[in-house]
Order: sequence, then structure tokens, then C-alpha cells
Amino acid sequence: MTQLNDPVPLIREKALWMRRRAFRMVHEAQLGHPGGDFSATDIMATLYFGVMRFDPKRPDWAERDRFIMSKGHATGALYTVLCAAGYFPEDWLDTYMQPRSRLNGHPNRNYLPGVETNTGPLGHGFPVAVGIAIAGALSGSDHRTFVLTGDGELQEGSNWEAAMVAGHRKLKRLTLIVDRNRLQQGAGTEETSGLDPLDEKFRAFGWQVVEVNGHDPAALLAAFATPTDRPMCLIANTVKGKGVSFMENKASWHHGVPNAEQFAQAMEELV
Amino acid sequence: MAQAAPKAEGLHDCREAWVAALEDCAAADRRIVVVVNDSVGSSKLGSFQKKFPDRLVNVGIAEQVMVGVGAGLANGGCIPFVSAASCFLTGRSLEQVKADIAYANFNVKLVGQSSGVAYGELGPTHHSIEDFAWLRPLTNLTVIVPADPWETAEAVKWAAAHEGPVYLRLSRMPVPDIVVPGRTFQPGKAQVLREGGDVAILACGTTVHLALDAARALAGEGIAARVLNMHTINPLDDEAVLAAARTGAIVTVEEASVRGGLGGAVAELTSAHEPVPVERVGFPGFVPTGSVDWLFTEYGLSQDGIAAAARRAIARNRK
Repeated sequence: MTQLNDPVPLIREKALWMRRRAFRMVHEAQLGHPGGDFSATDIMATLYFGVMRFDPKRPDWAERDRFIMSKGHATGALYTVLCAAGYFPEDWLDTYMQPRSRLNGHPNRNYLPGVETNTGPLGHGFPVAVGIAIAGALSGSDHRTFVLTGDGELQEGSNWEAAMVAGHRKLKRLTLIVDRNRLQQGAGTEETSGLDPLDEKFRAFGWQVVEVNGHDPAALLAAFATPTDRPMCLIANTVKGKGVSFMENKASWHHGVPNAEQFAQAMEELV
Repeated sequence: MAQAAPKAEGLHDCREAWVAALEDCAAADRRIVVVVNDSVGSSKLGSFQKKFPDRLVNVGIAEQVMVGVGAGLANGGCIPFVSAASCFLTGRSLEQVKADIAYANFNVKLVGQSSGVAYGELGPTHHSIEDFAWLRPLTNLTVIVPADPWETAEAVKWAAAHEGPVYLRLSRMPVPDIVVPGRTFQPGKAQVLREGGDVAILACGTTVHLALDAARALAGEGIAARVLNMHTINPLDDEAVLAAARTGAIVTVEEASVRGGLGGAVAELTSAHEPVPVERVGFPGFVPTGSVDWLFTEYGLSQDGIAAAARRAIARNRK
């Protein structure tokens, strides 16, 4: 059912622009983490163009919804979504990883409006998101906090400290999205240090769990709207490198960078 | 800037001053919250919890999320005081302190309790003598080590009002009031507690009163020792340290490792700008089993040990 205010077409348009623009950044810098950028892109486009309450002109607005990129290496996705959302002009993207750029290889909130906290070492964003959700509960605010982790990232123990605290405190305005692409830097998650059954783990920690196709904006919108009286974990099943045939499901594209030919092919596919 | 109150008799646990000042600040500012790791008792926060039950966040025995939650609370507009035994606060969650607090530059106050060798016989797992070396290089993080109850209260009040990350290093060791007329607390500015031109003793925290005792003893031998209270380890008061170096001999004293702490900071600065013998009094590394008193005596954190270090520094200067 298509409604006049259906955000899905806009989300798809933004996600396409993000992938193309992020891949150009990675190509020009010859640095980056495009595989994880592309697995998270549709989730982030859905959040910023269909779910979250924010005002790019007031990045410190107390009542804003927060998005925390816990897998801080996926800056291609983060910087393009913040740019698309209006936090800074597009020419800033041209400086990606250049000397003294605001667009460091991992995000810094002091350099760039819209970045909520500095991430990079894994297992940091989720605990900070729990703190933001506690602050919201203490002040009676209705803002929501969204945090996106990689799936391999959940091997870091600090995440499970955070999961315990959030479950214990029933932080119902906190949503964790696990970018479940099943690949980490070197190999599959399940062959490295397995996470399954991930849903049961989070339920045991006191969380509502929803499993969703992380590349389907309509399904994501529905998942984000799930009523809950406790923190919610969206296990978003995704494909690392989604959208470019030679990148999909290849661990080597975790921090692989394209040559000119690969870049041209990707631009042909991303339409 | 307040001045020190007149002397109270006897020894004091600075945690009383910490919690009294914190409660005053919290009563005046609703944004102040406390985050603990099951450390309500050891942080003396029982009465705070009674007065402000909703504003004490106990995350359980989980230091990584404790510090991360502090950063998140700051993002959400709170002024969090994250209070835990300093060995765990700084060691277990060092990367959170680095990335989430210092690098992200969040307005979080880290309060290290029972620092140094306060846990005595419990051993090096529970000692926190490495914290200066770990935290001193962190950009944005002010490191403060109060010497007595008055300074503890001043430091807490300053931290509550200051916009930026702070590490307050507190102790449970009883200390006397430091009584010096006109003493003021200004972060980043060392206090000259006693004038002297033969040697300068730079002390912090629980060792300041011992440095004063040593200076009095040295005066009996005709040695005029300047005594500085280095309550701020980062940023260091470069000017006061270089002026101290011009006495020709320096002793540093800290309830911490002699590697990388106050002594290390002073040696870095003086070697570049005013080379001078620097004798560092502190702990050489992991220490054997013993009480706090025994450890202080054994490693020269005492009137006699500090005076001896001063004589060594002066002798090296004359060579």
C-alpha cells in the first residue's frame, strides 16, 4: 500500500546516493570500510529519513533522537547519511581522511555536527547509548536512542555489560540494531566466535527482539515502530557489500578499496 | 577562590569532604548525577543515595559500561560523577576513559577512590599507582589530587562547575589539614606552601603533609626547602616547576609509581628547559605485601625518606 507520505521512495533514493557517494570517497581516499558501509546503509537511511526526530540546524537540541554509530569504522555510511540529513555541506565529503579533515577515519563529535560520540574501538557506542537512554529516562524526555553495532563487534564484552544494564533498567526508548552481515574482518562470525542464537541471548538479557531484513525499508520502518516496554534489539539481517556484485558477502571488502575499474563497475551497478 | 579554613585537630578521611561537597553541588544543580559500580559504600555515597535516590546510577560490577554510561549521561545533559575504586576505574576502563571521555571531551567527572596503596595488604591488583602515568597524557583531561579535606571540597566544587572532563584522585588515608595562611585552590596553579632556596619538594595528595614535615626537619640542619603542593598533575604548572628547578635540586613525592607520574612530568619538563637533579620518591613498581603505613615507610614516603631524598638531590647538584 503506497501512501502519499510513504517515506520508502525517499529512503531508497537516499540510500542509493549514500552508497555511490561513500564509494567515491573510499575510492578517492583509497581508504575506508566499504563492505560494512553498504550493509548498514539502508538501516541508516531508514532511521534518518523515516524514523528519527532531529534538526540539523540544532545538533545540540536536547529533545533530538540520537543515533550512535558503534561500529565507528563505517564512516562512509555515517558521513553520507549526516550530509544527506543536512548537517554539513557536501564538499566536506571531498576531504574524507585528508590531512586535518573533519572526516577522520573514525567519527569525532568535536569535528562534525551530528556525531553523538567518538567511536572506533569496538564495544564503546552501545554503553554510551545506554547512558543517553538513562539520561532521557531521568529527565522524562521521550527522545529515542538508536545504536548500531556490527555483529562481530558483539564479541566485545562491554556490549554485554551494556545489555545487562539496559535490560535491568527497562530502557524502552533504547533500540539496538545489530548489522547481522555474518562477516567480520577476517572470516565469518560463526566460525570465529559464534553469536547464535543471538535472539535468545538478548531475550535472556531482558530485551524485546525483532528480526528483520536490513535492506527492506518498509520492513525496517515496521520493526522500528514495534511497541515495547523494554529495550529493543533489531537483528537486521544484511549482506556485507550490499549493492555491488563483486563485494557482496566478501570479508575482504571489510576494508578493501576499489581500483579504477572496480569503481566504474560499481557506479554502473549502483543505479 | 576560597581560602583554607583554620586548622582542625587530628586526621581526616577526605571522603567525608568529598560527599559533603557533592551533596551541596547536587542540591544546587539538578544535572548532577552519580554513576557507581556497586561502590556506594566505598565511595561513602550512602547519604547521597538517600537524598537523591533517582540520581545514583548503579550499573553493577561493570566498569566499562560505567564509564560509557557516564559519557552518555553527559550527552543527555547530565553532569555525571563516575565514582569507583581508582584501580578499576582507571585500569579496567582505560580505553573508555581515553576514547569516550577524554577524546570525545565529554563533561564527565571521574572520581578515583582509595587510590595509591590505600588498600595496603590487598596488594597490587587493588593498588592504583599507575593511574597518573595512564591518564596524564590524555588530552582534555584535568587530573587533580587533593591533599586534605578542604582541598577535596574545593576540587569537587570546581569540577562540578567546570565544563570538561576531570579525574579527581581521592584517598581514604587519614590526613591532617594543611595549614598555610592565604592558601588558595586554583587548578593548574601549584601552591607554594613554604619558601626555600636550597631545594624544592614537589608533593601531591597524601604526601603533602609529609613534605612539610621533611622541610621543617631540614630547616633544623640549615637547609631551606621550598614545598609545593602539586594538586594538579595535568596540566602541570610549568612556571612553578621551572622556578623550583632554579633552586638547583628537586624532590618529587607521590603515592604512585615513580614512572610516569608527577616525577615523570617534572623530569620531562626540567630536562628540556632547566636541567636539574630530580629525586623521585614513590613506588618503584608492584610492591610486596604490607600495610599502608609499612609501605609508606619502606619506600621513603615519610619525613625521613623525603629529607634524605632532598639531601641526595642537593649533593648531586654540587657535583
